[in-house]
Amino acid sequence: MNVQSYPSKLLETAVEEFSKFPGIGRRSALRLVLHLLRQDIEDVDSFTRAITDLGHNVKYCRVCNNISDTDTCGICSSPHRDAGLICVVESIKEVMMIESTHQFNGLYHVLGGVISPMEGIGPADLSIEKLVDRVNQGGVREVIMALSATTEGDTTNFYIFKKLKDKPVLFSTLARGVAFGDELEFTDEVTLGRAILNRVKFDASIPG
Amino acid sequence: MHLKHLSAINFKSFRQVELELNPKINCFIGNNGQGKTNLLDAIYYLSMCKSAFNSSDRQVLRHGEQFFVIEGSYQRVSSNEDIYCGFKLDEGKIFRRNGKTYDRLADHIGFIPIVMVSPTDSALIDESGEERRKYMNGVISQYDRVYLDEVMRYNRLQAQRNSILKNHPHVSFSYDLLEAIDDQLVRYAQTIHAKRSSFVEQLIPIFMDYYNRVSGGEERVSIAYRSHLNDGDFKTMLRNNIQRDRTLQFTSIGIHRDDMVLSIDGYPIRREGSQGQQKTFLIALKLAQFEFLSRVSGIKPLLLLDDIFDKLDMDRVGFLINQVAHDGFGQIFITDTSKNRLDMILNRLNSGFRLFSIENSEVSIIAST
Ligand SMILES: [Zn+2]
Repeated sequence: MNVQSYPSKLLETAVEEFSKFPGIGRRSALRLVLHLLRQDIEDVDSFTRAITDLGHNVKYCRVCNNISDTDTCGICSSPHRDAGLICVVESIKEVMMIESTHQFNGLYHVLGGVISPMEGIGPADLSIEKLVDRVNQGGVREVIMALSATTEGDTTNFYIFKKLKDKPVLFSTLARGVAFGDELEFTDEVTLGRAILNRVKFDASIPG
Repeated sequence: MHLKHLSAINFKSFRQVELELNPKINCFIGNNGQGKTNLLDAIYYLSMCKSAFNSSDRQVLRHGEQFFVIEGSYQRVSSNEDIYCGFKLDEGKIFRRNGKTYDRLADHIGFIPIVMVSPTDSALIDESGEERRKYMNGVISQYDRVYLDEVMRYNRLQAQRNSILKNHPHVSFSYDLLEAIDDQLVRYAQTIHAKRSSFVEQLIPIFMDYYNRVSGGEERVSIAYRSHLNDGDFKTMLRNNIQRDRTLQFTSIGIHRDDMVLSIDGYPIRREGSQGQQKTFLIALKLAQFEFLSRVSGIKPLLLLDDIFDKLDMDRVGFLINQVAHDGFGQIFITDTSKNRLDMILNRLNSGFRLFSIENSEVSIIAST
């Protein structure tokens, strides 16, 4: 279908919005919009309300940056979790993946990405200072780095390691050979669970 | 080891090609532009997961097509190995061995060792250090599976470092950040340096031996591995160079500037070597590569001789033929434009062979023994 041939400006605007999603081209966007058009108006309302509510009311945990309905997320406020362990991840997606393994009973710290100067992402763009503050407040025994096995993930590990190396905490990473970050969603729960249990002490003398 | 059967679809100029091959000598005769080199490139591709001539997979796709496939059946040591390569425009390429898809292409490179000798080898002498680094990478990656990954990671770190030096508008310069990158850069550089060093060191005596045999030992040739890392501790050098790098806005030292110094009687062969000496040098370099790969892999690589006899005098042709006729070589693929020359070569080789003609990318068999 030709891009110019939308019969309605409303339709075109909606298609444009949908096509902003990752992996959604104009063709798929059109299919989704046409699907919405066939729904009852109540269903369309509840769809848009969910999105508006998400946009306006979503909160991030003030401790770990995980998505939350309250100031402090359920994980951080749970008395059953081990507050001496902090697992550092890139995004909320990894929190959900690791939670689904049921192998980790500590807390998280969501960085918001990895260091990549080429893409304009420096340490100040990530939640690194806040992580150092958490460690400084005491009670943390171990910081587990669970970032992508890319050079950017490694750079972030090295950078944070330097910030924490004089503190009385153990610094560890997931066992190598486990896909993480972008590849994490292809890793099954058993493998991921095992990688967390079999984490290794971070070794600054070995690349990667 | 040898390639028994080769087929390809939509690879370069070939719509479809299917060949049964001789375990020793396979010759392809045809005029220029008929597809001889493309055929050898298909064989090269199956070993190295890339073309010997084109850097992008799109460039090897037949014009107007959406996919290409190359398949080869090999006798390797005592087992049969079916290697499949498939490329689709939208999906990229995959390699399979006996039906099982490789997770990483690097796991395949080196499984079917290969050496190609072609007129483009002159770039090793004429062009910049990048060509000679590519040469080192091409050999080392065939026996060291993690090597290419290390080079890629080094290059990526270097690019990240350069972004910091260029003062990316959103990332403020920080020594802490630079150090987090340099710590890794140093380790990858040292690993790569050690591997290149050891490779060149082992290559030198083999190379000199070949060169002396063909030239009669009148000139003294040498190869030296040049690297900033030869001069001292890389980490210290990086640190001492920070101000300079910040001014230049790129990383001025490191293994991305490595080179091989090729010389004759103490002078650069590019300037002081005659045409003939340069050709002998290149052939000796490639035969040394062959010998080296056979030693480290325990398998005789496939040898592709692409259109190299045309530019050689008969002495050198004779030498080359005597070398490859020797037991030390395995399966050989030769292309040439001259039927007479090929007949002469086949006579001297005194071995089983298969002779094909190629015209307009259609291959037909002329003779087989
Ligand atoms: Zn939290």
